[in-house]
Amino acid sequence: MTSKSLSENDKPIGVIGAGNFGSVVANLLAQRRNVLLHVRDESTIERILKTRENRGHPMHPAITPTNDLGYLAEQCDVIFPIVPSLHFRAMMKNLSPHLHPYHILIHGTKGFDVSLPEGKTLDTMATLDRSMVKTISEVITEESVVVRVGCLAGPNLSKELAEGHPAATVVASHFNEVIQLGKRLLRTNHFQVYGNNDMVGVELAGVLKNVIAIAAGALSGLGYGENAKGLLVSRGMVEMVYLGRALGGNTKAFLGVAGVGDLVTTCNSSLSRNFTVGYRLAKGETLAEILNSTDEIAEGINTVKVAKKCADYYKVRAPITSTLYQVLFEDMTVKRALEYLMRYPLNVDIDFLTE
Amino acid sequence: MEVVEKKNKNKRYKPILEGIPDWPVYQLSKNRKEFIEEVAQKAYAQIKKNRPTTKQLIDELEATVYREQQRMKRNRWRVDPADEPRFWAGVKEELVALTNKTPEEAQPIAEELLHRIVLRYANEIAGNFKPNSYRLTREIVKFWFSRLLNGARVKKFGAFFRSRYTLRDKIHIVGKVKQLRTLAKEGTVVMVPTHFSNLDSILIGWIIHSLGLPAFIYGAGLNLFNIKIFAYFMNSLGAYKVDRRKKNVPYLETLKFYSMSAIQKGAHSIFFPGGTRSRSGMIEKQLKLGLLSSTIEAQRNLYLEAPPDEPVRKIFIVPVTLNYHFVLEAPDLVDEYLSSKGQDRYLPEQDKYGSWQLLQFLFKFFTKGSNISVSIGRGLDVMGNYVDDNGNSLDAQGRVIDTREYFISHGDITVDKQREDEYTRMLSHKIVTEYHRINRVFASHLVAFVAFEMWQKKHPKLDLFGLLKLPEEEQVLQYEEFRAACKRVRKQIYTLKEENKVYHATHLKGNINLVIRHGLDNVGIFHLKRPLLMNKEGNIITKDFSTLYYYHNRLAGYDLEKFI
Repeated sequence: MTSKSLSENDKPIGVIGAGNFGSVVANLLAQRRNVLLHVRDESTIERILKTRENRGHPMHPAITPTNDLGYLAEQCDVIFPIVPSLHFRAMMKNLSPHLHPYHILIHGTKGFDVSLPEGKTLDTMATLDRSMVKTISEVITEESVVVRVGCLAGPNLSKELAEGHPAATVVASHFNEVIQLGKRLLRTNHFQVYGNNDMVGVELAGVLKNVIAIAAGALSGLGYGENAKGLLVSRGMVEMVYLGRALGGNTKAFLGVAGVGDLVTTCNSSLSRNFTVGYRLAKGETLAEILNSTDEIAEGINTVKVAKKCADYYKVRAPITSTLYQVLFEDMTVKRALEYLMRYPLNVDIDFLTE
Repeated sequence: MEVVEKKNKNKRYKPILEGIPDWPVYQLSKNRKEFIEEVAQKAYAQIKKNRPTTKQLIDELEATVYREQQRMKRNRWRVDPADEPRFWAGVKEELVALTNKTPEEAQPIAEELLHRIVLRYANEIAGNFKPNSYRLTREIVKFWFSRLLNGARVKKFGAFFRSRYTLRDKIHIVGKVKQLRTLAKEGTVVMVPTHFSNLDSILIGWIIHSLGLPAFIYGAGLNLFNIKIFAYFMNSLGAYKVDRRKKNVPYLETLKFYSMSAIQKGAHSIFFPGGTRSRSGMIEKQLKLGLLSSTIEAQRNLYLEAPPDEPVRKIFIVPVTLNYHFVLEAPDLVDEYLSSKGQDRYLPEQDKYGSWQLLQFLFKFFTKGSNISVSIGRGLDVMGNYVDDNGNSLDAQGRVIDTREYFISHGDITVDKQREDEYTRMLSHKIVTEYHRINRVFASHLVAFVAFEMWQKKHPKLDLFGLLKLPEEEQVLQYEEFRAACKRVRKQIYTLKEENKVYHATHLKGNINLVIRHGLDNVGIFHLKRPLLMNKEGNIITKDFSTLYYYHNRLAGYDLEKFI
């Protein structure tokens, strides 16, 4: 299957969002097909056209930037929306009028969408239930007529992907058609694509691991070594499984590439934004200071808030998440948090596989 | 003390199609022979496709013969044709003769056998709609129902032949009636009612007629055809036969293609998607996906086979709930449910209904105030999108969608079984949500729910089976407490109605004491042992915990428990 011959007659593939991961995915897709990349502001479009460069990534010649969502939806049957979870619903509302039931959307956003009753904020809500917290695929089906939805998840650190290191991703969807399509479009000699039918489970795994990633950063910041990390990763895994199940995923998704694979990668990578947040917290900075000094959004911070409030509602034991919550938002120090966790009275190793 | 029902607005509807010859079901029966052959041909092709080698085909045939012979040995019915044993013995002989042949020689013979079998099945399944007997049946039913009503209600000599009351006073039809009538003109309607009682199919038949709709076809259990008089009625109403004893592949495929092709040809149909009567009294949560998938396949085929630029007939799914104060079979149904769930922990008491009880019931039904209401839901397309009054599918924002585009990949309509399986699950989910939404809460449901949940709350450590064995002295609820809980739950039902998540009967409003009275008077009204009563001291007692559980289940799934 040579790349270019396929693409001549085919419609281009759409990518929405020219952030770090969006740019990488656009480049991956451009090896096979023409790509329309949606970019919000004019100046970025001009820059990409002029310098063929975005966020430090050289942009493939088959990528055409545009800021017209309607044009993109009209030109492309297959679209990869990759925008931060905070803006995802708003983007969908703009895109939705242009979408048809024949469109296929495969998103690459790891985060929750939270819709609260009027007049409430995340901080005034004591607990959150599933009617307020949605995964990104649920936002897509709620806001549009598209039903053939998929998601990309897995250990996909943008920098390594851009450099062509061996890596893998999961395309999860209820539709085999979508999984096959994802494989056809993305698979290369050094990029493996796995399919999974538990889309919500895969989405949840991708989101919840961000919590553990912050904790891993914190451990690192305190100067602890591999024993501590092993402990965190394995206990974090258990916590993810419980929370994930309460929110509607299956255990299996958490044991795959998008679960444990992604978790290990993020917890070991100083490249990850979430890891960095934890690291700096442990070094004594406050959350406000960290947020002020970066323009990129660490999805994990919001996720901690949401996950903690969901755990409270569904009465799931989630010690790591709730201590981290106290560190981030209630002025507990990282050191105290660790002391608390080490004394936590829980000694069953694994009890989620017996059912 | 009678709670006044809102003045019954039910009116008579004119038929949407003038003469019976225009009815799709009549067209179908006129070309019965061609239709049966077409169904057999399709089933034949499908089975052959799934069994590509000669060995697989012969294995399938052998399994079929084996199962059929077992059935004939164990469980023969009066309706079964007399030549059956001979037919299957013949098939078996020919199959045995194939063992010495090469696959090339055996293949055509096996194919011919398969065709013979599916053709036989298609003939067995096919309904036989006859306009004259349809008219006659309709008149008989109308005449006797109305005689019963008037004779029983108006206590005057000669009242028997008056027509002061009609069934319309007894059965309230609410919901999207007008839309249903337009949709039946614009496209093909597949009605999907909830299923609680054997009376449902008769009731639905009457409703369809009284709404001025042409006859619908539906699959009726072959066991009902054992009774001659039933068989006559069923045939004349357009029923086709479903034999639940036959679980072999050729039969199931033929059955599926029968209903699918009928829909494709525009015959309005009824499916009970729960498959069987609800045993627990809960609104169905698990639907039979096989039946539903045939509507999706039929729609896809219509799009696939349509010449370009020609309008395609759309299939509309219309959910319907039937709401009763009383389900004749409730004690038996819930016993079945409990014994299947509790294995040996629960021993049902014997308490069967004979035909005398059935007659008694019918008489009581017409004389006493136990009304039935039927809620017609908003029409859906096969993807579960709401449709407007012109049959256009709408998205959540009210924009028009082309249903055809759900079947398109890379610009063309494609057949993708896994995709359609998923669509079926989505549709099933939507229908269940709609059931809960259009369900009408009666006072009797309210009291049953509150009473059962109060007992449950008083004994939090007991599971269902423990509760059912509660000693008699524990089975009393103080009226004041009960009243307060009813009020709280009713308030929540009002809230849910505001949110468009449930409906309630008009009699649920007003003075709570009267509502409770109405509920107690009606809940499971004709059972030998009443599920809920008021004792001499004015407190609430039960004579039959398991039927109470059954009626209580009608309100399960609304999260009302926390208001007890």
